[in-house]
Amino acid sequence: MSQTHARITASVYTSHVPAIGAALDLGKSGNEYWAPLFQGYEPSKQWMQDHTPDVIFLVYNDHATAFSLDMIPTFAIGCAERFQPADEGWGARPVPPVIGHPELASHIAQSVIQQDFDLTIVNKMDVDHGLTVPLSLMCGQPAAWPCPVIPFAVNVVQYPVPSGRRCFQLGQAIRRAVESFDRPLNVHIWGTGGMSHQLQGPRAGLINREFDTAFLDRLIADPAGQADVPHIDYVREAGSEGIELVMWLIARGAMADVAGGPAPRVVHRFYHVPASNTAVGHLILEEQ
Amino acid sequence: MSLNKPYTDIPGTTIFDADQSRLGYHLNQFCMSLMKAENRKRFLADERAYLDEWPMSEDQKQAVLARDLNRCLELGGNIYFLAKLGATDGRSFQYMAASMTGMSQEDYAAMMLAGGRSAKGNRKIGDPS
Repeated sequence: MSQTHARITASVYTSHVPAIGAALDLGKSGNEYWAPLFQGYEPSKQWMQDHTPDVIFLVYNDHATAFSLDMIPTFAIGCAERFQPADEGWGARPVPPVIGHPELASHIAQSVIQQDFDLTIVNKMDVDHGLTVPLSLMCGQPAAWPCPVIPFAVNVVQYPVPSGRRCFQLGQAIRRAVESFDRPLNVHIWGTGGMSHQLQGPRAGLINREFDTAFLDRLIADPAGQADVPHIDYVREAGSEGIELVMWLIARGAMADVAGGPAPRVVHRFYHVPASNTAVGHLILEEQ
Repeated sequence: MSLNKPYTDIPGTTIFDADQSRLGYHLNQFCMSLMKAENRKRFLADERAYLDEWPMSEDQKQAVLARDLNRCLELGGNIYFLAKLGATDGRSFQYMAASMTGMSQEDYAAMMLAGGRSAKGNRKIGDPS
């Protein structure tokens, strides 16, 4: 039977450190400091070429770029036709514009809101490194990104951010929304940010390899259990900015096993310290 | 009714919550204005005059002029907003982070290369575990 509806075929997880984007943009990716990091993404770039989806649903956080303190939406879905890379204070990254998928985005917005998640609908916004660095890591430096992208911004700037459990449930709702879209699209869902890092105060520079390793293990094998971990554990163990990891639970919640299907296959797993101030983690899970 | 804040016992850490956000609204919005090239230029040409266009407290203005990021955090600043100030100065995020730890940038960079700051002894004030 041919496919009649959209489906999620894989989830990708990665940190989105701004210095990674700067290293690429300034031609430093081959130097001694950065080469080990970019080598960890070489298999991912190949995998991306072999498994280019029709649409990427990209969960990230805005870093005081599109959203100032004037408006702080907890969950915001980008429904525009295109999104410009933002000037975050040092000029916009020299990367292609992000082409959206307004039809699927609007469908997901409607479906997810009807499943009791009160999304903010965004028809105009610029996207910052939180969204463009993962694309660079997975796609390199193409003249155009390989497919349309639906930006999904989560507030992790002002506390309280949404709970891990809420994020995990939202992922499940997004899966149902995608599967009810009546076009045979191949969709990836990406969860970005983290891993352990703290960018502020005298405790800046905190890294917790044990926490990160356990998080990756549990994200793969026991995501529902990980979703119950409270905020305070992330802040205490993984740093004030390590809380970004809750966004990975949105992507994980959208995988088939959470809805009673088979467990995903681990295609690639990578961990590297440091990228500037941050522990970089990366995972690709494919539906079986 | 006061907010439940389970995070106040974490050493060297200011959680940007609703109270901090209210305190730092104008400070952070000033930082936000530095995302425009023309504002960066105007700010660098006369910092005091530019700051005086914002309804910030004198303490906040002094903290910005001194680039005292820990003081900015205390007065309601958020690191992602303050990063615009660092970018305006041409500073890297790692430079800014180092400046808040009391370490030189070299020592901080070396700590990160060696695996970062350990969580041990940094989880809870007064708790070495």
